[in-house]
Amino acid sequence: MAQYETVIGLEVHVELKTNTKIFCPSGTGFGGDPNTHVCPVCLGLPGVLPVLNKKVLEYAIKVGLALNCGIAEFSKFDRKNYYYPDLPKNYQISQYDLPIAEHGHLDISVGENEKRVGITRVHMEEDAGKLVHQGNISSTPFSLVDYNRTGVPLVEIVSEPDMRTPEEARAYLEKMKAIIQYTGVSDCKMEEGSLRCDANISIRPVGSDKLGVKTEIKNMNSFKALQRALHYEIERQTEVLEEGGRIVQETRSWDEAKGITMSMRSKEQAHDYRYFPDPDLVPMVIDRQWVDSIKESLPELPDQRKARYISDYGLPEYDAAVITSTKELADYFEDCLKGYSNAKAVGNWVMGDLSRLLNAGGMDITQCRIRPAQLAEMLRLMDQGTISGKIAKAVFEDMFQTGHDPEEIVKEKGLVQISDQGEIAAVVDEVLAANPKVVDDFRAGKDKALGFLVGQVMKVTRGKANPDMVNKMLKERIK
Amino acid sequence: MLTIAEVEHVALLSRLDLSLEEKKLYGDQLSKILEYAKMLDELDTGDVPPTAHVLPLKNVYREDRVGEHLPLEKAMQNAPERDGNFFKVPRIV
Repeated sequence: MAQYETVIGLEVHVELKTNTKIFCPSGTGFGGDPNTHVCPVCLGLPGVLPVLNKKVLEYAIKVGLALNCGIAEFSKFDRKNYYYPDLPKNYQISQYDLPIAEHGHLDISVGENEKRVGITRVHMEEDAGKLVHQGNISSTPFSLVDYNRTGVPLVEIVSEPDMRTPEEARAYLEKMKAIIQYTGVSDCKMEEGSLRCDANISIRPVGSDKLGVKTEIKNMNSFKALQRALHYEIERQTEVLEEGGRIVQETRSWDEAKGITMSMRSKEQAHDYRYFPDPDLVPMVIDRQWVDSIKESLPELPDQRKARYISDYGLPEYDAAVITSTKELADYFEDCLKGYSNAKAVGNWVMGDLSRLLNAGGMDITQCRIRPAQLAEMLRLMDQGTISGKIAKAVFEDMFQTGHDPEEIVKEKGLVQISDQGEIAAVVDEVLAANPKVVDDFRAGKDKALGFLVGQVMKVTRGKANPDMVNKMLKERIK
Repeated sequence: MLTIAEVEHVALLSRLDLSLEEKKLYGDQLSKILEYAKMLDELDTGDVPPTAHVLPLKNVYREDRVGEHLPLEKAMQNAPERDGNFFKVPRIV
């Protein structure tokens, strides 16, 4: 069997978080009643005049700058013609040969490997409406159309075919999401469709510098779906070539439930968009000073923030990367630091118990009931010796479930650490007396035996004894 | 002169179902239009910069302020078919 190399490029669509649509003053709110956020412009009625929302241009420039692109001095809109009922005009206003931004890049890391992925272009366009089918699109007797989303501003970000594995593609999309979220121009919610991704994928024999025939994969609604769909497609294309067949250039749809891609070929496939400049919209001549001021308004981006966490807080690189992977998590981390300055300790809790509980609940940090100030307070209680590290874990879980203050939980459940010499000594003596054999084992050099004895003391005190004191006292008495 | 295949391609893109006579008729008319436009090729445009727009206008923008939406009944009034709040269309593919 020949060895193949995979070549992947991604097209990412991001909905911009503006108040109004790209070319008309209709609102962009998600989830309104169907066809209530529409006006003559976005309904494509005859004789209307679209006018560009300046905020859209500003946001698109911001995205371009955040992705290290050059910003065009001269840019324009074009009509992309195709018949589809989600577009009432029978064309989409997009950008063809003079996009707002080009030639950028974004850095990803997968395992130990770092890689720079080229950004071909960033362009502005209008979103299409939403179609509702009974069952699937080809078996439904009719379809229903909601034009609320028609005209919502999008940027499309096209990458170079620089990725070689589904894991790299996923890392690219995750990084893209983080960067765009940091800029604040979009929510980037894949589940609500404000971040969407299509993939172009082909395979070729290792060593070949000619690209193979590619397929375009659509309908991947999560990072995991992207990764799975690409793995499936590599397998499918390899099989076709191994059997002596050839890859057909086509669009395929990912079926999440079945775990396969399926051809979307139809008479619609006759793609011939006949782009031409939109005569309703005048060109944009971009003012350099404006671009500079937008550049200055860019917040700290994930890579910069990660570097700062490593240099200023001494976080391990991996931890710094995970914490800065979303703006919300990094903000949470920094809010904790306002109440408790030991960044490494905060980092350990965020990376450890917090991430574990969030993952188990399928939640993200925005749904976390523990406020940063409460986590900081809990860490202070540990430092003061009010609770042990072990008790802290239980308190933390309680905080996570209830959102209550740590002090309240400690008081309510009687979890205050026992640091009273006499009280601990009594329990230690009791445990030693009950376990003479284990004591002998320890004297004979079995270090593990001590752990058992500590465990017994903790059991009696329900985990509340100060572990350092217990350790010390046990050793002293056995000697 | 446009071939019948080219006319059929254009007709498909425009979702037009044409008879053979119509294909010949429109093919003939489209060819004449293209011939006419071809006259422009005779001009030397080497020194003329490409233009994106016929008007000497640039940078026309609006502020990001929400305006009035069409009342639902107005929005739906030209719909050949509707289903509640939705426009209803024939099967797409």
